[in-house]
Amino acid sequence: MTGDLFQLSGLSLTYPNGTCALDGVDLSVAEGEFVSLLGPSGCGKSTILRLVAGLMEPTGGRLNWLLPVARGDIGFVFQEPTLMPWARIIDNVRLPLDLAGVPKGEGNDRAADGLVRVGLGDFQKAFPAEMSGGMKMRASLARALVTNPRLLLLDEPFAALDEITRLKLNDDLLSLWYAQRFTALFVTHSVFESVYLSGRIAIIGPRPGRVVAEVPVPLTFPRDLSVRTGTDYGAICRDVSDRLHAAMGLAA
Amino acid sequence: MNGVWARRLLPPLVGVLFLLGWETAVSAWDIPPFVLPPPTAVAHALWNDAPLLLQSSWITLIITVQAFLLALTSGVALAVLFKQSRTLEAALYPYAVILQVTPIVAIAPLVVIWVGYERVNLALLVLAWIVAFFPVLSNSTAGLAAVDPNLRDLFRLYGASRWQMLWRLQLPSALPYILAGAKISGGLALIGAVVAEFVAGSGTATGLAWRVIEAGNRLNMPRLFAALVLLSILGILIFALLSWVQRLLLRRWHPGGTG
Repeated sequence: MTGDLFQLSGLSLTYPNGTCALDGVDLSVAEGEFVSLLGPSGCGKSTILRLVAGLMEPTGGRLNWLLPVARGDIGFVFQEPTLMPWARIIDNVRLPLDLAGVPKGEGNDRAADGLVRVGLGDFQKAFPAEMSGGMKMRASLARALVTNPRLLLLDEPFAALDEITRLKLNDDLLSLWYAQRFTALFVTHSVFESVYLSGRIAIIGPRPGRVVAEVPVPLTFPRDLSVRTGTDYGAICRDVSDRLHAAMGLAA
Repeated sequence: MNGVWARRLLPPLVGVLFLLGWETAVSAWDIPPFVLPPPTAVAHALWNDAPLLLQSSWITLIITVQAFLLALTSGVALAVLFKQSRTLEAALYPYAVILQVTPIVAIAPLVVIWVGYERVNLALLVLAWIVAFFPVLSNSTAGLAAVDPNLRDLFRLYGASRWQMLWRLQLPSALPYILAGAKISGGLALIGAVVAEFVAGSGTATGLAWRVIEAGNRLNMPRLFAALVLLSILGILIFALLSWVQRLLLRRWHPGGTG
C-alpha cells in the first residue's frame, strides 16, 4: 500500500445561517485507493467532495494534502452529466485541457483517446442532446479523466440512470480505475454499489455529517459480475447495511 | 383537412376572403376612398408610388437595423459589465429601467432638441435605440445569471479565468436568452423608428411613418394604406429573419425542437 494522498481531520462546515452540515469528519485516503462515502440523502456526503475539490472552504478542521496536487490533478463527476449543451462531445471532453491552455491539436488527440476508453469513440461530433443519459455520463467520465487526474471525485454519478446502465457503468468505472490507478472518492447512497466498487467504505451519519464507521471490503480486484452473485458479496452487503442502519439510529 | 395543411392554407385563405369582402363592401355601400379605400386602390397606390414608398421603406429599414444592432451590442455589453461588477449593476440598472418605462413619445421632443433638428436621422436612431435596448439588457442579464451551477463549479475546479468563464461559459449559456431578447428588440426597433418619426419627423425625416402622416394630411388614403402594408411587411421580415437566426443557432441545443 502506498502512502496517503490526503487526510481530513476534524473537518467541519457550518453555514452562515447556523446550519451545521459537517461536524468533525476524519478520513484518510491512500493513493490509488477506491473509497466510497455511503450515507443517507442530505448527510453531507457531497459537501465532503466539494471541500476536497476546493470548491468550498471548511469552517473548522483541516484538509492535508500529502502529495502535491495541482490544477487538473482533481477530476469531478457530478450527479448530472453537466455537459455544455452548445458544444460537441469532443469539445466537452477537451474543456479541462482548453482551460489549462493545452494546444487544441494535442487536446483533441487526448480527448478522442479518452472517448475511446469510455466506449464513445464514434460519438466525437455528437451533441449532448443527441445522446442517452448513460452515454452522457460516459462523456462526463471521459472529461474528468482527460487530465489524467491523481484523484477522481464522483458525486452519485450513476444515481439517475436505469439499473442496467448503472451496472454496466460500474464495471466500466472499475476497469478504468484498475487500468489508470487514480484515487477514487465515490459518493453513493447504494449499499450494493459501494460494496461492489470500493476497497473501503466510509459510512457517513446524518446531519451533522461525520464518518461513523469505516468498513474495508475484502474482495479482490479486478472484480466482475461473478462477484455480485458470490456469497461473500451478500454477506458484506448485509454487514454494511446493518452498520448504515445503526448509524441512522434505526433498527436493522 | 389535416392540421399541417390547415395551418398552411387557412391564413392566406382568410386573407383573400377578407380582401374580397372589403372590396365588395366598399363598392356596395359606396364608401368614399378617403374613409376606406378598396384593396385594389391600395394595390394601385403601392404600384404607382413604388419609387417614393420604397425609398421611404429603405430609410425606415436603415434606422431600424441600426437601432437594433446598437441595442443588441450595447445591451449585451452592459449586461456583461453588470455581471463583472455588482456595484455597477446596482448603480445603473434602475436608470435603465427608468429609461425603459418613460414613454418614448414624451422623451422624443427633448432628444430632437438636443441632437438638433438638422440631424433628425440621428435623433430617430437614438429614440429607436432607447425603445429597443431594454429587452436585450434584461434578457442578457438573466441569461448570464442562468449558468448551470455545476458547470460553473467545473470551470472553477479547472482554474478558469474570468475571461474564460465569460467566453466559454456565461455567454454561451446566455445565448438562448439573448436571442429571445433580440427577437423582441427587433420588433421594438421598428416601432421605435416609426414612433420617433411621428414625433420628431418634420419633413426632414422621410421614412414610412412620415409618408403615413403626409398621406393622412392630404387624405390620400390609398397611399396611407400602402405605407402601412409596407410597415407590416418590414415587421414580418425582421421577425422571420430573427426567428431563423434563433433556430439556426439553437438547433444543436435541442435537436428536433426550436427552443
